[in-house]
Amino acid sequence: MANKVMQKRRREQMIEENGVIYLNNVSKSYSTGSPALNGISLNIGRGEFVFIVGDSGSGKSTLIKLLLRELTATSGNVYVLGHDLGRLRHRQIPKFRRNLGVVFQDFRLLNDRNVYENVAFAQRIVETPGSEIRRNVPAILATVGLAGKYKAKTTKLSGGEQQRVALARALINNPSILLADEPTGNLDPKNSWEIMKLLEEINESGTTIVVVTHNREIVNAMRKRVITMKKGVIVSDEEGGAYIDED
Amino acid sequence: MKISTLFYTIRQGVANIFRNKWYSFASIATISACLFLFGIFYAIVANFESIVKTAEEGVSVTVFFHYEGDSFEYGTNCSPDHVVPSDQRIEEIGQMILNRAEVSDVVFISDDEAWKDFAAERYGEVYAVGFPENPLAGENSYEVFLSDVSMQSALVTWLESIPEVRRVNYSELTANTLSGVNLLIAYVSMGIIIILLAVSIFLISNTVAIGISVRSAEINIMKYIGATDFFVRAPFVLEGMLIGLMGAAIPLGIIYSIYNYALTYVIERFSILSSFLNFLPVDELFRILVPVSLGVGIGIGFLGSLSTVRKHLRV
Repeated sequence: MANKVMQKRRREQMIEENGVIYLNNVSKSYSTGSPALNGISLNIGRGEFVFIVGDSGSGKSTLIKLLLRELTATSGNVYVLGHDLGRLRHRQIPKFRRNLGVVFQDFRLLNDRNVYENVAFAQRIVETPGSEIRRNVPAILATVGLAGKYKAKTTKLSGGEQQRVALARALINNPSILLADEPTGNLDPKNSWEIMKLLEEINESGTTIVVVTHNREIVNAMRKRVITMKKGVIVSDEEGGAYIDED
Repeated sequence: MKISTLFYTIRQGVANIFRNKWYSFASIATISACLFLFGIFYAIVANFESIVKTAEEGVSVTVFFHYEGDSFEYGTNCSPDHVVPSDQRIEEIGQMILNRAEVSDVVFISDDEAWKDFAAERYGEVYAVGFPENPLAGENSYEVFLSDVSMQSALVTWLESIPEVRRVNYSELTANTLSGVNLLIAYVSMGIIIILLAVSIFLISNTVAIGISVRSAEINIMKYIGATDFFVRAPFVLEGMLIGLMGAAIPLGIIYSIYNYALTYVIERFSILSSFLNFLPVDELFRILVPVSLGVGIGIGFLGSLSTVRKHLRV
């Protein structure tokens, strides 16, 4: 018990000093080819809204996978919410991931279940009592603008609506960080903007948002912190930045 | 684990069967087909074994004792120092024979009974009247029934070593033939059952694996949003076990309903053999078949789904 309290304190201290996401000289190599990440260092503070941009092969997806602890770094340290992900044991990963919300370009919904079940699923995983699930799910669906569609099959929804379901699922457990990997990649401009507005509202409530995107228009318009990656390194990290052209 | 999680797991396990109805149907059909073949083969082998066993139980060894005034006879234990047993000693020997593991029963036949049976069988009652005295006087014997005919020669050697025993009658050919047939059935059936089970396990676990592989995306999603391995695995494992249970229950039901018809047909068709054909009742057959089939079905469903899900959990 005392050990757990100590660990929690140490994590809080780490967050205070280095932010909710802290990468220290991180490299990641796969068995073939050049390294996907090459000695990158990065701090993202609590409540920040950060865009990560870059062309294909720049290392953005590898970075997201490291943050989700889907991969481990070949060298260097990755800290998320004070957890040293290199030291996290397999059985500790699920509990760690419950602190993160994650949204993908292809939505990754359970297509054999309806909207309500997709969102409730994230709460069942953390063993939330049924009465709370019945209260929380409609509330979060209302937040993302899908109050009337809780019974709909996800396959019957538009791309924008599916991404809202994914967003509701990512948010229902009140994550400290929301990772969004190309959240507007499959959406038309109108839906893309609506999703980004939702993300901004979520950020205003205190959640740290990290968005990996190719959407130049959105990045340039929102004037948030922009981290630009190229061939596995960070080439630019600018507050209120813009999308930097490759050439 | 909370009760609500347990119920959720059960609900999901059952719901998964209906969500993936074609996969469930294919898996159940595969398991049913394999276990049906296994069940039919087992029924044939078990009945064959039962027939041989009945034949074996009819094989007996007859033990004759020395008596006052018995004469030398070729092939007997009749030496000048032979011992004539008292009635009490004959009883003791009978008990000793019965205590042996390979012996199932011992029946005492007195000289009077022996002559009565022999005369009636060979010459009829009338002829027997012509003998005022029992020609078989002193020929008291034990008819020894074996539970394992392959042990006949060991039993005979032991019986012949008893000083009071004059002669042991037995048929080596019958015992050897039956014990050979028995051994052959055991080897062939064991070989075929192993092959059938191996093919069943391969087919069933492959079907289960394919069914789960197509849902690897679903497993990935669960893992990304923080599901523990147990939470992901439990509904799949339950689903696998339920599919295994259904796949095993269907052929058992079919075999149960057709078994008696098949027996009636065989007995009517081959009525000449009816005295030899001692078929097992369905209840006796199912005493082994039910646990084995259910065990194989549920076991393969359990292990197949467990190992396949594990491959997809490394996210």
